[in-house]
Amino acid sequence: MSKHLIKGNIALCEGAITAGLSAYFGYPITPQNEVPAYMSNKMVKMGRVFIQAESELSAANMVMGAYATGKRAMTSSSSPGISLKQEAISYLAGMEVPGVIVNVQRGGPGLGNISGSQSDYFQATKGGGHGDYHTIVFAPNSAQEMYEMAYDSFDIAEKYRTPVMILSDGIIGQMMEPVEFNRQEKKEFEKKSWALDGCAGREPRSLQSLLMKDGALEQHNIDLQKKYEEIKKNEVKYDIYEAEDAEIIIVAYGISSRIAKNALKLARQQGIKAGMIRPKTLWPFPYEIINKHAGQGVKFLTVELSMGQMVEDVKLAVNGKSPVEFIGRAGGGVITVQAVLNKITELKK
Amino acid sequence: MKTYNEIIIAGFGGQGVLLAGNILAQSAMEEGLNTTWFPSYGAEMRGGTANSTVIISDDEIGSPIAFNPSGLIALNALSLDKFLPRMSENAVIIANSSIINEDDYKNKNIIFIPISEIADKEIGNIRAANMVAVGALIKALNVPALDNVLNAVKNAFAKKEGLSELNIKAVKAGYDYKI
Amino acid sequence: MEKILSRPKALKDNPLSYCPGCGHGIIHRLIAESIDELGIREKTIAVAPVGCAVFAYDYFNFDTTEAPHGRPPAVATGIKRTNPDKIVFTYQGDGDLAAIGTAETIHCANRGENITVIFVNNANYGMTGGQMAPTTLIGQVTETTPFGRDPLREGYPIKVSELLANLQGTKYIERVTVFNAPHIIKAKKAIKKAFQNQVEGKGYSFIEVISHCPVDWGKTPLESVKWVEDVFLKTFPLGVIKDETK
Repeated sequence: MSKHLIKGNIALCEGAITAGLSAYFGYPITPQNEVPAYMSNKMVKMGRVFIQAESELSAANMVMGAYATGKRAMTSSSSPGISLKQEAISYLAGMEVPGVIVNVQRGGPGLGNISGSQSDYFQATKGGGHGDYHTIVFAPNSAQEMYEMAYDSFDIAEKYRTPVMILSDGIIGQMMEPVEFNRQEKKEFEKKSWALDGCAGREPRSLQSLLMKDGALEQHNIDLQKKYEEIKKNEVKYDIYEAEDAEIIIVAYGISSRIAKNALKLARQQGIKAGMIRPKTLWPFPYEIINKHAGQGVKFLTVELSMGQMVEDVKLAVNGKSPVEFIGRAGGGVITVQAVLNKITELKK
Repeated sequence: MKTYNEIIIAGFGGQGVLLAGNILAQSAMEEGLNTTWFPSYGAEMRGGTANSTVIISDDEIGSPIAFNPSGLIALNALSLDKFLPRMSENAVIIANSSIINEDDYKNKNIIFIPISEIADKEIGNIRAANMVAVGALIKALNVPALDNVLNAVKNAFAKKEGLSELNIKAVKAGYDYKI
Repeated sequence: MEKILSRPKALKDNPLSYCPGCGHGIIHRLIAESIDELGIREKTIAVAPVGCAVFAYDYFNFDTTEAPHGRPPAVATGIKRTNPDKIVFTYQGDGDLAAIGTAETIHCANRGENITVIFVNNANYGMTGGQMAPTTLIGQVTETTPFGRDPLREGYPIKVSELLANLQGTKYIERVTVFNAPHIIKAKKAIKKAFQNQVEGKGYSFIEVISHCPVDWGKTPLESVKWVEDVFLKTFPLGVIKDETK
């Protein structure tokens, strides 16, 4: 299959379009500007919907509208913009309407800067908006995975009627890599039992998160949790690399997993048995596989472009069976291969 | 790993450093190698320097950011000053002597080529300077192969009449420049 | 005996939860009648607001979704653009439409979305107990303007219809009221036309309905009707504000 040298952000667009995206709603913010620019051209040429919304709030709520009718819809932004989308994400979770939201992370907090970062892990995996809910979170680490995860996220979002976030970063979004378009174009979609498509021949439907009747909201939350348990059971995805005999296991996702992999290869050359577990879904998190590898003689090292967020989940997974160390940089700083290697060597002592 | 190069191409915004990187990555891909391209972007590009980083490897590529660059094209002095201290030992450094004063960099292992002059006088278009530099770089690095680079240039300018020939000529001029 | 009046098909047989004397029930009925008469019930999708009409899906007998506070125009845009064959309307109060959702309102109108907006202006936040709305009148006492709305402190009532009429994207804007039978008949005509416009693809139609809210105004239904006529309509005069559908 021929390869295309394209940016992660463009690969993402191609994946979504191939998955049958009906509508894209966006707003400019660096480093995800390629997405609305590309969509404004290709979606319109294909006779599909593109709107540059007046705000991130609107863009996310337009996704809600389109997906309320069962039509595949997506929005993308970067960290400060994702904060604004949290309102709609909480509603989508509560209303059980699917949606795909892409975060090409930049440095924060606040306006931060435009460099790639990974400091929105907590926001993405622990809720972000109000209420007891989870968002399924994919963490691509290449342009190829931007394409594939964008494609796959719609099926998952619809299967569970829940919002899916693709948590990328400025580096993965901006970099070009050869990408294989290895997914079939999706053209036919099954009718959805919940979609608002006009009440011809059936009772009217409503989508709502407001449940005022005694006990109704609590029951709704119990039902949502059942669904989340189902997702945890079925949808955990990760990559595992030379972890079987490893004394030091790195846990890293997205861009930092690539940097960390370089470091662990160098460590292996020095005779240090290092391996890696790379979560491809951050929620549900691969607790089980991490726990399975924890134990005497094994140390964990979490590498992130943040001040330490995912490391908390790694500690939960390890559950005291192994020491868990952290190395990271924040605010758009990029951790070097050498720094990770040094840390591995230090842990080996 | 037999082949592993981290290449930085830097210059003023408008000197075509993003495209030059793109051509290198494209030709590496055609050569069957792994490659990544990473740009400077956003406000970073307003004034001062722009740059792109290309990594070419026969193995899986980790970071797309260069921590140990082995190749540099510096189209202006600002870029040379910025990246010179970051270069690895024995790195191939190509600098544009048309607008960089060689005397300021004595005893440093830099290949000075009058890149802008070659583009302007020999090729007839100063905007082809980036391609002259690409030609010189691939000669010195020995990767990617000239044919693949020329092919990538041809494809990149396929829709623009005449530009394809001009840029191919520019790459060749850089490649053939006697250091 | 011949039955001359019955519940519109587009209204469910559920008791309304609105306060005694409230205007919402009348407006719901006018919408339902219009939808029935145009024969569009089975392809209508409504967007309910956050506010008194938040339970609209309990009353309207067609597909309805909720939206976060102020976002119905964005949600409606998402629905209509991906389903141009459906009839889409938002039903919003003054807080939803003219305060927290101002940006969504203006930009949806400016894009000229082919939707219908029913804007219920009762000069206060009814659902939350009668706080100041963007349309609260100068001097009007509300829960959060205990000394009366003072322009120096709270600014002026926003005339959304006039504001939107300045935008090229809007095609039909009319302000009506529902406090007596003749006005209800006029309001019905306007609402029906706003839906008819959408059916014919004529573009963005906006009906501002001046409504009464006796409970939160602290008035009897009769007093509130009189207040609409004597005071409310002085700031918000009725009539067609813009019509480019001909």
